[in-house]
Amino acid sequence: MSTVAELLHDLVFDYTLRTIALGAAVLGVSSGVLGTFAVLRRQSLLGDALAHAALPGICLAYMATGSKAPVVLMVGAGVAGWLGALLLLKIVATTSLDEDAALGIVLASFFGFGIVLLTVMQKRPDAGQAGLDKFLFGQAAALVGTQVAVTALLGTAAIAVVIVFYKELKVLCFDPTFARTTGLAPRWLEVLVTSLVVVAVVIGLQTVGVVLMASMLVGPVVAARQWSDRLAVVLVLAGAIGAGAGVTGAVVSVAAERVPTGPAIILSLTVFALVSILFAPRRGVVPDAVRRRRRGLVAPVEVEAEAAR
Amino acid sequence: MTDEERTDTAPPLEIADLTVAYRERPVLWDIDLTVPKGVLAAVVGPNGAGKSTLIKAVLDLIPRAAGTIRVFGQPYADVRRRVGYVPQRTSVDWDFPTDALDVVLMGTYGKLGWIRRPGRAEIATALACLDQVGMADFARRQISQLSGGQQQRVFLARALAQDADLYLMDEPFVGVDATTERSIVELLHALKAQGRTVLCVHHDLDSAPDYFDHLVLLNVRLIADGPFAAAFTQANLMKAYGGRTHAFKHGA
Amino acid sequence: MSYGLAMVLTGAGVAVACGVLGTFLVLRRMAMVADAISHAILPGLVAGYWLANGPSLAAGLLGAVAAALLMVGFVELLTRSGLVAGDAAIGVAFPALFALGTVLITRHFSGVHLDADAILYGNIEFAGLDVWRVGGRVLGPRPVWVGAGLALANTALVVALFKELKVSTFDPGLAATVGLSPAAVQIALMTAVAFTAAGAFSAVGAVLAVSFFIVPAATAYLWTDRLPRMVALSAAFGAASAVLGFTAAVRADTSVAGAMACAAGVLFGLSWLFAPKAGLVPRARQLARQRLEFAAETLAVHLMTHTGTPAEAEECTLSHLGEHLRWNDTWATAVVAEAVRRGWAVRDGERLRVTEAGRGVAAM
Repeated sequence: MSTVAELLHDLVFDYTLRTIALGAAVLGVSSGVLGTFAVLRRQSLLGDALAHAALPGICLAYMATGSKAPVVLMVGAGVAGWLGALLLLKIVATTSLDEDAALGIVLASFFGFGIVLLTVMQKRPDAGQAGLDKFLFGQAAALVGTQVAVTALLGTAAIAVVIVFYKELKVLCFDPTFARTTGLAPRWLEVLVTSLVVVAVVIGLQTVGVVLMASMLVGPVVAARQWSDRLAVVLVLAGAIGAGAGVTGAVVSVAAERVPTGPAIILSLTVFALVSILFAPRRGVVPDAVRRRRRGLVAPVEVEAEAAR
Repeated sequence: MTDEERTDTAPPLEIADLTVAYRERPVLWDIDLTVPKGVLAAVVGPNGAGKSTLIKAVLDLIPRAAGTIRVFGQPYADVRRRVGYVPQRTSVDWDFPTDALDVVLMGTYGKLGWIRRPGRAEIATALACLDQVGMADFARRQISQLSGGQQQRVFLARALAQDADLYLMDEPFVGVDATTERSIVELLHALKAQGRTVLCVHHDLDSAPDYFDHLVLLNVRLIADGPFAAAFTQANLMKAYGGRTHAFKHGA
Repeated sequence: MSYGLAMVLTGAGVAVACGVLGTFLVLRRMAMVADAISHAILPGLVAGYWLANGPSLAAGLLGAVAAALLMVGFVELLTRSGLVAGDAAIGVAFPALFALGTVLITRHFSGVHLDADAILYGNIEFAGLDVWRVGGRVLGPRPVWVGAGLALANTALVVALFKELKVSTFDPGLAATVGLSPAAVQIALMTAVAFTAAGAFSAVGAVLAVSFFIVPAATAYLWTDRLPRMVALSAAFGAASAVLGFTAAVRADTSVAGAMACAAGVLFGLSWLFAPKAGLVPRARQLARQRLEFAAETLAVHLMTHTGTPAEAEECTLSHLGEHLRWNDTWATAVVAEAVRRGWAVRDGERLRVTEAGRGVAAM
């Protein structure tokens, strides 16, 4: 086990650790920021469904092009994820099934198809497809510089979009009906929000894998929300917490033996979320309990407010 | 909003042959309705009468099977800026990280258009609107910390910030405290005094005559539509509620 | 028993077991909770394996139930506190548990019975090999027994608790007032789901378990709105997916579990399109019929309005419909044909006349 000092040194100077940490940080920032919108729209598990739906896309991309270049596979993942999102919308719009059920249908069916394709490829004589199943669990350890660069570019573009359309996205997430009446929430904006989630999923799949992707999108904002009531701050914090979890997970998985990176990142993130829920000054469970103990009775905000007028 | 726009002659709302159906069931059937300028109109009817649907149809939020709707003589999409909307309070997740001022600022978004951020002028407008509903002190309060009535007033302030000529409201009086109720009534009178028009889905038959001067009585079909005195009759109410009304104070 | 038959029976058994519970999950909007549970049980299975010092169905099941209830309880706690929305809590809880399980496996049990990839799609292909022997007697493949056992147990549970499940699903408030504790029913349901997920896990893996919980039930939902039928159809569609999936997998030489999940999806897709009443195609036809009927009514009104007026000869003609009502020729002809078919109008070359019946319709 390396010492902390050695780890910090390696973080900067060791190519492998640096690349993994950087890749994980990019993942953390993008999922944190982009996932926030999904969660605020009460679509927390959308990332889960889209991550599973991406699998057949990855396989088909490889089968069609014979290339395992990250960009190719990411495009495949993106297209399949998008198709899944579309089907999801259609199912909810045209049946009385809930979004909940629709998520499950898309998730399981697409993923099943993906497994079918994966197995077909595995049975072929050529070993070229080896490594595609790494998307199931993520393989941060195999990240190379170019992959990180591509994802960083993608992530930056997505965040730029968030900044430009900030107020439109805000009102769309808060009150979609009202948003539509302002004329600033056309169909394509809703498409845009979903696309942002697809981008986040595509970036994250290669690092944390299909199953854990859900948490990458949800964990950061759950944590960040405990610390602030302002959307802009929540977004920045979510990005920071995501990046922090990414780097922590990367370092832990390299320092400890046989701890895969994906799960390490998720566990770090969960710890951050739990700490936030328990200890954040205003909303935290522990500070709240302490306050109650001190006051005896909690005075409702409304009574205080009326008294102050 | 130019003066000439305010004095144009087309009525704020003209509905013809409106039919909205959900699967095979009609929710609104063959509605012909004109709302004259400057009235405070209540849309009243039993549950499932299509009241909210009427508002949503005007706002192009739901598809319709038949009929035309004209707002100030034009299709809604062309005069969006002149219509303000106050949705039901329960339609929103109040744990969203934002404060009262920010919600009211959203009312200025329509005028701002794409990408532009609210500036000092918009913030001043928003604060003034909050003041009008008695919520100026709560501008920076996180919305989840507001009571039901306060949240309703924030929604109203948002609508005020839209500076619209026609306001559509969906059950603003539901579950609000006395202060908020007073506040809403004052607001309605102020709007009327400014020559604006209000069409409001109202949940409570008994209180309708106290707040409004124009009645739209619905039960899938249009039962009655006109000034309160004329439209609020025993016969009409029987038709709308199928004889299930309890004793009411103002019935003819 | 042939290996193929073992696979089909296992799949069908698990499908029925999941399907009867799945109906209630879908109706209670807890479909994704099934997804979460199916993943969250992993550390429980590992703990069971560790405590029993090897593969043990009982230990695995108990560990799985414990992990699942832990997760559900934790999610409930978070939601009640108002600090985290329900879905978000689920989205954090199950990956954390799955990650924990993965780390435990990789660090302590790698290469042994629990294989990382198989967690996701099981190894139903080996169903026929895992033979259950009791006291020297061969009872057949264990997974088949597990599947059948679960199916029977869950069916019995659903039958026994049918009215409790029904009331607490559709009207929890009412349930509480008549003394049927919705909370107790919920716990019972979650426990059953956890047991089933654990049993399904070993046979078909997490993803197929999710598929079997949700997809056949959702398919059944499109065919009926009567609860008993929905439960039965759910089981039937699940079993059908197992059979169809197996057949396809053999043909294409691919993953049986994956093919079964695909088959379930395909059945859903077909139902989505064609189920009577809810299917898109029947509804489109229904909508077209309604439009035609409404238009024919309009025609009757139009004819009636203009009968007996000086302009009658001009207004009540087929060609004029295009001008006055702005109908194109094809549509106008179709509407007229419909009106005639319904006896609301008669056609005399170009001239149209409204009938008594048509007047009646128009007057409404």
